[in-house]
Amino acid sequence: MFLSMNWIKDFVDLSGLDDLKLINQFSLSTAEVENDIQFKGSDISGIVVAEIKSVENHPESKKLHLLKVDIGADELIDVVCGAPNVRVGMKTAFAKVGAKIGEIEITPRPLAGFMSCGMCCSEKEIGISDDHSGIMDITDDVALGTALKDIYAIDDIIFEVDNKSLTNRPDLWSHYGIAREFAAIAKRPLKPLSFDDLSAYDNLPKVDMKIEDPLCYRYSCLQFENISRNVSPVDMRIRLYYCGMRAINFLADMTNYLMLEMGQPMHAFDSRKVENIRIKRFDHDFTFQTLDGVERNIDPETLMICNGDTPVAIAGIMGGLDSEIVEDTHTLTLESATFDAASIRKSTVRLSHRTDSSMRYEKSLDPELTTAAIARFVYLLKQYDSGVEVVSALTDDYAYHYPQVELSFDKAYVDKYTGIEIDNKTIVGTLQRLGFDVTNEGDDFTVKVPSWRATKDVTIKADIIEEITRIYGYDNFEIHTANAPLFPTRPEPVKKDEDNVKDILVKHFNLHELHSYVWNYVDELKEVGIKNEGVIKLANASNPNIETIRKTMIPTQLCQVKSNLGYAPSFGIFEVGRVVTGMTEDDLCIEEKHLGVTLYQKGVNVRELYFRMKTIIETLVDELKHKTVSFEKLEPEFDFEHPVNLNAVIVDGKVIGKIGLIHPSVMKKLDKRACVVFAEIDMDKFAAIENYSIRYVGPSKFPGIEIDLSFLTSRFAPIKKAIERAACELIKDVAVIDIYEADENSSIAVRLTFSDNSRTLTREEVTAVTDGIIADLEKDGVLLKK
Amino acid sequence: MKEKLEQLKSRLSEELSAAADPQALESLRVRYLGKKGSITDLLKGMKALSNEEKKEFGQLVNTLKQQAAESIQKRAEELKELEIKKEIELMPEFDLTIPTKEERGSYHPITLVQRECERIFTTMGFNVEDYPEVVTDYECFEAVNVPKNHPARDMQDTYYLTNGELLKSQTSAAQNAILKKYGPALREKGMPIRAIFPGRCFRNEATDATHENTFFQMEGVMVDKDISISNLIYFMKTMLSEVFRRDIKVRLRPGFFPFVEPGFELDINCLICGGTGCPSCNHSGWLELCPCGMIHPEVLKEGGIDPEEYTGFAFGLGLTRLAMMKYGVKDIRDLNSGSLKVMSQFTDDK
Repeated sequence: MFLSMNWIKDFVDLSGLDDLKLINQFSLSTAEVENDIQFKGSDISGIVVAEIKSVENHPESKKLHLLKVDIGADELIDVVCGAPNVRVGMKTAFAKVGAKIGEIEITPRPLAGFMSCGMCCSEKEIGISDDHSGIMDITDDVALGTALKDIYAIDDIIFEVDNKSLTNRPDLWSHYGIAREFAAIAKRPLKPLSFDDLSAYDNLPKVDMKIEDPLCYRYSCLQFENISRNVSPVDMRIRLYYCGMRAINFLADMTNYLMLEMGQPMHAFDSRKVENIRIKRFDHDFTFQTLDGVERNIDPETLMICNGDTPVAIAGIMGGLDSEIVEDTHTLTLESATFDAASIRKSTVRLSHRTDSSMRYEKSLDPELTTAAIARFVYLLKQYDSGVEVVSALTDDYAYHYPQVELSFDKAYVDKYTGIEIDNKTIVGTLQRLGFDVTNEGDDFTVKVPSWRATKDVTIKADIIEEITRIYGYDNFEIHTANAPLFPTRPEPVKKDEDNVKDILVKHFNLHELHSYVWNYVDELKEVGIKNEGVIKLANASNPNIETIRKTMIPTQLCQVKSNLGYAPSFGIFEVGRVVTGMTEDDLCIEEKHLGVTLYQKGVNVRELYFRMKTIIETLVDELKHKTVSFEKLEPEFDFEHPVNLNAVIVDGKVIGKIGLIHPSVMKKLDKRACVVFAEIDMDKFAAIENYSIRYVGPSKFPGIEIDLSFLTSRFAPIKKAIERAACELIKDVAVIDIYEADENSSIAVRLTFSDNSRTLTREEVTAVTDGIIADLEKDGVLLKK
Repeated sequence: MKEKLEQLKSRLSEELSAAADPQALESLRVRYLGKKGSITDLLKGMKALSNEEKKEFGQLVNTLKQQAAESIQKRAEELKELEIKKEIELMPEFDLTIPTKEERGSYHPITLVQRECERIFTTMGFNVEDYPEVVTDYECFEAVNVPKNHPARDMQDTYYLTNGELLKSQTSAAQNAILKKYGPALREKGMPIRAIFPGRCFRNEATDATHENTFFQMEGVMVDKDISISNLIYFMKTMLSEVFRRDIKVRLRPGFFPFVEPGFELDINCLICGGTGCPSCNHSGWLELCPCGMIHPEVLKEGGIDPEEYTGFAFGLGLTRLAMMKYGVKDIRDLNSGSLKVMSQFTDDK
């Protein structure tokens, strides 16, 4: 919303104060002011009122005229002018020699063979409207040679307030409301508005009007006739233009002017079209043509202004084309009303049509405004058009009154909330300047919230704190730390593990952490041949490509691998993210926090890569939990999982995740000459593993015995089982020292380390154990290599 | 015999200087001092001598033996030194201008910034919380004073799921749970609630260089008997100065957020121009960084905390924004691009 300092100064005397400082203070105390502050008129000088005394056609040009203009000086001035609307006796804006318009300085210069000593200006050239159809036509009775800026308020400071910062303040959608803030900030009085006395028309007939729907809180109207004026006064047009509105005609300009001044949207109907005003909703859908010519679909939720049963306007949003003021309109009906804010907001959404009027209504306007705005309207109307005649009594149906909000608090409450000392006098003065009715006895305060703040904005004591502190100025706050006792902090176990896991993966295994999205990108999955799997979808995804919430982290990571193929011949990525793996009985999402790790390596050494992943998982569990991991073969759940190498990761007998090889059909699409291994760990299950901690084992004084055994097999699993079956406490370590792969003659060499902390072992007792293991394996068909 | 001895002596000295490496020296030692060496032979040849001669000659041979051992040892040391000298001479000088690179892992920049914030707040007594991404309408809105039909719901384009749950549009969705979690300790043991909650948030909006549908925020809450606006400004200023590792100026403006009253927009002085105005801060000298405010009494009540007895502040720091500012990331989409070329730069930042 654009605001005019001139307009604000109509209501509060800010003389002697720095405008820019005030605007900055407004930004800090009330609502955000955009950076681009405009100094209107500052780039114009030397423009005066001139009268065209003679007009001659240029001998060679059809467009140009040779003028003699009078600026009240001794001699007439010769001007060559191209405007089509020049006529003798017309007063216009004239840029004298030496005048400045923006970057241009006016100098005498030959134009199409004639000297031109100045320039007649259009309103656009002066910057007071976008009218460039001809030169300005000044109809006011002003002396020739008078500087234009002395007659019209061309010099002004225009600033813009971010609409978003006004959503909770219906009172700030007007210059008068903004002026109240300036008055509070500057500690100057706010001037009352001048109104017409509407009680003078009480004897006139009332308008036939009735609210038939609770969504209309108040409806006020008045009829009048004999408007002779068509074009608005220049100053009014300038203000409207500076504030971002186009001048249309006097009546339309007046309603817009009132809206910008008081925040009350108004609408003028041709009285012939609104003989029985009814405010209601219909029980069926229909189309309705608004005054912008657009046919709009109206549903039973939309509140309408009607003439009997004929809709004439969409309440709070826009009037109808059919009831618009036309050339032969004789009597006008002026509407000033208040509607339910949520209803208007929803209607604008359904109609996808937001107007200056609906924007204000959806903020919950003060119903007290309706009649005041009419009184102000009539007052201004009479100022500008003395022939106007009011022909009805003020007709007012005030169906819903907001409750009067009264709040009590004490000084201690203010002290506690602010943490600084603000004295009683400042509290009272600030609230009073903002329009609150304050009673103060000792340290106790009772405030009555003014109607314009009581529609939703100020409802509780804490709201009063905001009023006091924002005007006090947050920059003026003395700041200090809290007087609160300290206690040790305890990080959530899953957060702690997550941090440590990241450190190990980055620092120890040189993996890269990447972020992705919580939904599957269907297009990308298709490219690598993975089905889009998930248990729940977004209801309002703007893009069908991203509507499924992922069930596993891995497909996203495979897509990331694909997009990074050129990065390096081998790399690994990971992410701690969320997946939805199922639904509860109550239809709530089962969300899990998963660690996804994916390793990529050029070449075909799949086993090496698989074992690398195994090592990574074992390291994580060993470092953070001091536990060992076992792996068990799994049946694939997803189509990207390899049916042969897919293993559950088991710690303490509980499955915490899985590792697996990527299915060849996916690998063919991803990269034929590389292998990819993944792991997916449930972080909550990981965090739940009890930390075994390090148990210190002192050095043994007795030497251990190492026995190497080589078995004719390609699988370690049976050997491991046989050693476990031996259950010998003397075996302190089992290491695989060699794997020889040769179809029939494959062998695995194992080194067993025996020791005891209390004695030296004998060769015999050790051999007894190994013999037992060898015999055990023999039964399984695994023979010792001789 | 003596002649022989003298001959041996001079031959040894000749051969010693000729021995150019440890192997030659060793064979020389064997030839003279070994079991069948020349000096040993001399002793063997003494059998034929008289006792007196044996004594005299024996002494001479023993002296020779000793001298020989010493000079061989001396020569060995000389050779060692020569060898080291030679090794040094052979060593080339390295050209360190040759580029080298050790492949290192990397963190996501959000992780780095998040850790920094967590560290700072932990030192100030704040607990770090964890919270889901899928939340209920109650958690995200109702519990934080945004009832149905509230215009604030329009401001946030929320992603709803088909079961009526939603992807949290703000970390404030965790506030209610945090208040309920620590409320009992506040009431019973007087332990102030101090918690931060970093998390991923979602907004249903079109993405461009400055807008993402997925981004990170960090919620912070502090509740105790006398928490004030003054405390809020202090904590924000302190924390931000720590994050940016310099003294940060903060500025509060009124801001409207349903979960706080009063609510603020917090600006910091532009880090690029220092506050004098530059294109980065749109020539204002200030950057809007973080909404904050005093927790709305309704929010406290909904979290089981009596707003007459306790007050608190809350803030929502944009971690994504912070990471972009800290590292000069111009396009927000880079962060979720999954591009290793770009993201592998963030090896660590301690």
